[in-house]
Amino acid sequence: MKYGSGIDAKPLECSGREIRFLERRLLLKGALSVGALSLLSGCNITDEETVHKVLWDMSRWNDRVQMALFDPKRLAPTYAESDIARPFPFNAYYREDEAPIVDGDRYRLELSGLIRDRRPWSLAELNALPQATQITRHVCVEGWSAIGKWSGVPFRTFLERIGADMNAKYVGFKCADDYYTSIDMASALHPQTQLTLRFADRTLPRSYGFPMKLRIPTKLGFKNPKHIMAIYVTNMYPGGYWEDKGYNWFAGL
Amino acid sequence: MAHSAAESSSSSTVVKVHPLPVRVTHWINVAAIFMMVASGWRIYDASPLFSFRFPPDITLGGWLAGALQWHFAAMWLLIINGLIYVGYGVFSGHYRRSFLPISPSSLLQAFADAVHGRLSHDVGEYNPAQRTAYLGIIALMALVVLSGIVMWKPTQFQALGALMGDYPGARLVHFVCMAAIVLFAVIHVVMVMLVPRTFVPMWTGRARKPR
Repeated sequence: MKYGSGIDAKPLECSGREIRFLERRLLLKGALSVGALSLLSGCNITDEETVHKVLWDMSRWNDRVQMALFDPKRLAPTYAESDIARPFPFNAYYREDEAPIVDGDRYRLELSGLIRDRRPWSLAELNALPQATQITRHVCVEGWSAIGKWSGVPFRTFLERIGADMNAKYVGFKCADDYYTSIDMASALHPQTQLTLRFADRTLPRSYGFPMKLRIPTKLGFKNPKHIMAIYVTNMYPGGYWEDKGYNWFAGL
Repeated sequence: MAHSAAESSSSSTVVKVHPLPVRVTHWINVAAIFMMVASGWRIYDASPLFSFRFPPDITLGGWLAGALQWHFAAMWLLIINGLIYVGYGVFSGHYRRSFLPISPSSLLQAFADAVHGRLSHDVGEYNPAQRTAYLGIIALMALVVLSGIVMWKPTQFQALGALMGDYPGARLVHFVCMAAIVLFAVIHVVMVMLVPRTFVPMWTGRARKPR
């Protein structure tokens, strides 16, 4: 045989034996593709860029699916005082004693973007707004969860008070620890989304985000920024600290 | 040529076994389960439920965010492929022909036979133990998907979540289902190794049946 396949002796006559031979080759091909798949678990994939892009595109697709699944009126389950986790776990990308120290007296929440009244807010002014309390489950992207009690200003109330453009797409947050994140407007207006000033009936401790954090029980924990220094409303996708590294942006529960 | 269903030789005939949709969805399912389990182990490792971790080398995704991207991309493959498979099984009569009847007494007999290592294997027909195992794995796949949906959306699907003990309960159900599916896969592969002539028909759809 000078060239080609192993069955060119009688090209027009396919015996059962030769078909089985072909089948074995097909089987081998199949086994190879399963084998190739297993290589994906290592770093030696030839087209890693393509895989990366497909995974990011799927994450954007999942954002859209989650937006469709999100019911702006459905409340996250609430719990009893006795269900509250004590101590409530600390979680950040730094140690607890490295949490930022913010001076409450000099604190001024900055506002920018599509907001009518952008004057800064002091803690006293925030405390003077209507307050609400919730006992809800904080679900971490890592898999653990813990029930806590948070009190503060319903975010919708605050957005109405400052004249935020409710038709804008995103609300972004900048924090004292250089953390940043953003949420969709529909979730921002959800009745349980809260600008939190207290944890378990006490002033929000430094570990949990003093002087103010966002509590949003309809999203994963990393969408609950602590030590918020600035809030802005925008139509330009703002991303987030973890979101830019690969966590899903919508992260709805 | 190759297209006739039966091809005879002196001692056996070739018969059509697994229909094409079953073969295609089976192998896509293998890939999807591989991706879901391997990325799921990486996600598990970020906050282990029990006092062990999966070795990172046998996981997929590199780190938590990568594993989550794999998991929530491959879930579409698993679910859509699974729905096509179940839809085909129900509407083509494949399930009725292959899985029914299934009776408690035949089950007990199959269990006793399996324990004593004398399971029958007739080409083109599932024995009671296989019928139970294959129906069981379909139920497990449904449960792993439902518990996964509750973990993904404990607020939007809280009625379903209430049946599983809320988010932490769904997490446990999801893990137990994964363990059972992996156990099934291991036994399944061992059985194929014990009866290797069942392997090629899962690709070609044709098996040799003794006269």
